[in-house]
Amino acid sequence: MAPRGVILATTLLALNGCDGATSTLQTAGPAARVIADLWWAMLVGAVLIFMLVMALVVLAFVRRSPDVAADERGQVRVWIIALGLAFPMVVLAVLLGFGLVIGERLLPRDDVTVVQVSAQGQRWVWTFSYADAPGRVTEDILHIPAGQPVDVSITTADVIHSFWVPRLAGKLDAIPGRSNVLRIEADAPGDYQGLSAEFSGENYADFGFTVRAHDAAGWADFIAGETE
Amino acid sequence: MNVVTRHRRLDAIWASERGFRGWFSTVNHTDLGRMFLVTSFFFFIIGGILAMLIRAQLATPDSAFAGPDIYNQIFTMHGTIMMFLFAIPAFEGLAIYLLPKILGTRDLAFPRLTAYGYWCYVFGGSMLLVAMLLGIAPDSGWFMYTPLSNAIYSPGINTDFWLIGITFVEISAIAAAAEICVSILKFRAPGMTLAKMPIFAWYALVTALMILTGFPPLILGSILLEVERAFGFPFFQVELGGDSLLWQHLFWLFGHPEVYIIFLPAAGIVSTVLPVMCRTTLIGYGWIVAAIVALAFLSFGLWVHHMFTTGIPHMGLAFFSAASTLVAVPTAVQLFAWIGTMWKGRPELHLPMLHIMGFFATFVIGGLTGVMVAMVPFNWQVHDTAFITAHLHYVLFGGFVFPVFAGIYYWLPHVSGRKRFFRLGEFAFWLIFVGFHVTFFAMHWVGLLGQRRRIDTYTPEDGWTLINLISSVGSFVLSIGIAMVLLDVILHVLSSRKIRRNPWQAGTLDWAMMTPPPSYNFASLPHVDSRHPLADNPALPVRLAQGHGYLGTPRADWRETLMVDAATGRPEAHVIYPANTRLPILMSAVTGIFFLGLLLKTYWMVPIGMVGVAGLALRWVWMLGRRDDLGAQHVGQGVILPHASATDRSPGWWGSLFLMFANATLFGCLLFGFAFLWTVAPGWPPLVRFEPSFIELGVGVAAALGTALALRVAMAAVRNARATLPALGIALTGAVVFGACCAVMLWRAPPPVDHAYAATLFVLGSYGLFHAVLIVLMTGHLIARVWQGYTSPARRSEFAVVSLWGDYVAVIGSLVLLVGHLSGLSL
Ligand code: HEM
Ligand SMILES: [Cu+2]
Ligand SMILES: [Cu+2]
Repeated sequence: MAPRGVILATTLLALNGCDGATSTLQTAGPAARVIADLWWAMLVGAVLIFMLVMALVVLAFVRRSPDVAADERGQVRVWIIALGLAFPMVVLAVLLGFGLVIGERLLPRDDVTVVQVSAQGQRWVWTFSYADAPGRVTEDILHIPAGQPVDVSITTADVIHSFWVPRLAGKLDAIPGRSNVLRIEADAPGDYQGLSAEFSGENYADFGFTVRAHDAAGWADFIAGETE
Repeated sequence: MNVVTRHRRLDAIWASERGFRGWFSTVNHTDLGRMFLVTSFFFFIIGGILAMLIRAQLATPDSAFAGPDIYNQIFTMHGTIMMFLFAIPAFEGLAIYLLPKILGTRDLAFPRLTAYGYWCYVFGGSMLLVAMLLGIAPDSGWFMYTPLSNAIYSPGINTDFWLIGITFVEISAIAAAAEICVSILKFRAPGMTLAKMPIFAWYALVTALMILTGFPPLILGSILLEVERAFGFPFFQVELGGDSLLWQHLFWLFGHPEVYIIFLPAAGIVSTVLPVMCRTTLIGYGWIVAAIVALAFLSFGLWVHHMFTTGIPHMGLAFFSAASTLVAVPTAVQLFAWIGTMWKGRPELHLPMLHIMGFFATFVIGGLTGVMVAMVPFNWQVHDTAFITAHLHYVLFGGFVFPVFAGIYYWLPHVSGRKRFFRLGEFAFWLIFVGFHVTFFAMHWVGLLGQRRRIDTYTPEDGWTLINLISSVGSFVLSIGIAMVLLDVILHVLSSRKIRRNPWQAGTLDWAMMTPPPSYNFASLPHVDSRHPLADNPALPVRLAQGHGYLGTPRADWRETLMVDAATGRPEAHVIYPANTRLPILMSAVTGIFFLGLLLKTYWMVPIGMVGVAGLALRWVWMLGRRDDLGAQHVGQGVILPHASATDRSPGWWGSLFLMFANATLFGCLLFGFAFLWTVAPGWPPLVRFEPSFIELGVGVAAALGTALALRVAMAAVRNARATLPALGIALTGAVVFGACCAVMLWRAPPPVDHAYAATLFVLGSYGLFHAVLIVLMTGHLIARVWQGYTSPARRSEFAVVSLWGDYVAVIGSLVLLVGHLSGLSL
């Protein structure tokens, strides 16, 4: 998957002349990578199915010989039982199994080495706090260590928001009265663009944040309070 | 009687008033179907213009075309108009126009209700248009998530326009759905068994049943949210025991089936038109019926796939993901049945077929991306991005607009009796097809690149500029194509070239009449014994016009038709429809007073509206009565039938049954909401509970059951020509006592603004009280009838209707009181 993915993604990006800071296909963490692979696999499958269906449609016009099955029972067997029922069921069963396994892998699991942080959305600012540095609060920038799983517990102070860092992982909503936990991880140090992905009114378009992944030393400094 | 005299006599009986005044008093399904369709296309144009504004805004980065306040109104109104004011009414219009014709009868079950629904649609839709013109249109997105849409974060009147206007329009959907169910089951040509129904009728039946199940959750949600906004009852406020997720559940419990409610009629068009275009018959009729029924059931088990990112438990995710992919199977059955039909016949690329091909290409892609977003991990990435916008348009435009255009070009000669003159339509199709795919294919990509839906602008650094520009250019090509279709239709109607009868060589009864259709459809009703009666007997139209079918002799000024047995199509009763009247438009205007009072918070108007509606409703049913027995009627072919009012299963009974079905769904959703809040919402249990009283509970339940029993006794009494007033008196008393028990519950319950518990209790009690009043009015009506000599064993059907409602109220009334009182017990 990966090589084709990279080629396609880079062509697209070249087309746009940008760095794809919010692209779900320019992955920079394990969760996003697994999902991007799933996407490419599904795309290939979808293209094949689409071409099959269109070929059958076109053949109906150009075909000269009589129908494959002349009587109604034969037609039902071919078109409805084989193509209409059996074919999608097999494809879907495979896909579903694949999807469930992947989904399982992405869930937060109890793990001692996980870093715990909290994210609170409020129109239109995100506030982050850190289990490893009690009392430390940052606005619109979330600090994490690179190469280590991080559990973000997501809450809201007003309406529904959604915490999303496209290059790292999928999104999860901030729902009033609840706290949802999303696992993210960045492969390498750097800045990753985060977006708030549930419509929240007037300033929704600009509502985002940054995730800054540090190397081990940088993270230690941050915990110690030496980074702004 | 010769053909021309028969036509003249029938037309004099059935025709609407001439000129534009006829619009306000017509109850004729052909007229109302056309009015529905024209109005829905008017809204389609408005929605389309809004779409152009959206694409204009997004064409370039940092666009200053509209600020967020205006832009948010634009996309909210675009979605709202397309879903509620275009797609659903377009289905209703098509069904209203077509069903009686394709089923071989003269009108729908409740002609005045058709008109009432139409005017509710017009008035409700106008409310939203006014809001838009004044710049105070709804702006929280078409799914109106709370808390964003509540009084704190959306303090203006904008959201109220949505909640109240849409609920008003919804009345027309419910009315049309109930009417469509009764019409399909009870108003068919004699001999037409269920298995001989044209496939379109199955689609319409399933769609209508889905409306009756799917819309009540939304209506309930809208009521609760409006009550929260207006009076502060905290159904969705987490600090006071509410839960914003309850709104999402109620909304999507409606919203997902809605997609199929839109798609199924369109698929019905495809299943009807495609075989004709291929000079053959549809393969797998029974399989297709099974597939659409399966689709209907499945679609009510999928709503959570719109909530995959809300943090629901893992098992729930897996279940709803599996269910969502499963729904692709019945769709595939239909798709391959269509392709198989093409292989079986000889497809010809007429214009309707061209649009069906557009539908295939587009809808298959929409279905494939649909399966993709049903995969939970992928959904986490693309949810709320332009990818979803692209997917939903492939489904809705591909799955609805293309088939509808196919249908328009197929039935246009039927509506107008004319031929198309210019070949504009073919060119327009290609513009639409290419324009559509350029617009929305691009949006998949930009969504994967991180563009969220509903943003009013973006920056050049985001890197989405080129794709958005391409998409916007495509959308303008698309809109030019749509404009050309409209032009084509207008030119068509103006053209003077008449068609011959049945130009497509179709086999269904809709083509067995003159075109444009006469006001009475069929001069006499056919006897049907196959699925393609016109193909079997090409001389059928002439024989019907000569009066060789049923009811071939016009009598008095009666608008006559037949009611048949639902399964076998055996003629059962003789029906006389009400004639033209302005009562429907008047009643929907008064209904409008009620809604306007709520909207403007001029609450004195609300009771005026309610009393007005009740008064007009009583007048409405009163008009149908007679003071003498009609006796059995000769309906032709040697068949003699009783009049419907001499039976216990009149059209009114059937209509009530389906309305009750919708009503019960609403009640079920209310109980679901209560249970949901109780078990899932964070702020429970409430501090103060209702103080239960077993006396009130016992008396109330006994009164509700007693009312139902007394109404049954009255029904038996009228059938046997015995005195009914004693039983009716008891029923009246019982309903009053039951209502009093509900009122006491409301009175004694804790203040509803304090906690969602008390707020829900208040709604439950009001629901009970409302139904008590309903039974009082209905029983009062019967008493007045008896008094005035309007009843006899041959004029007894109203008793069965009221008794049915009595049974319903006994059930829900007992539940209301039980749930209310038991909820106060602290265990
Ligand atoms: C005429 C061609 C159409 C165009 C060019 C178009 C374009 C758009 C665009 C660009 C958006 C996205 C706004 C955003 O979230 O950024 C949108 C949203 C939407 N459209 Fe369309 N659309 C068209 C037809 C339709 C039709 C036929 C339907 C339904 C039957 C429909 C239903 C919706 C809905 C439900 C939304 C979501 C609104 C919301 O987010 O609240 N559209 N449309
Ligand atoms: Cu969302
Ligand atoms: Cu859905």
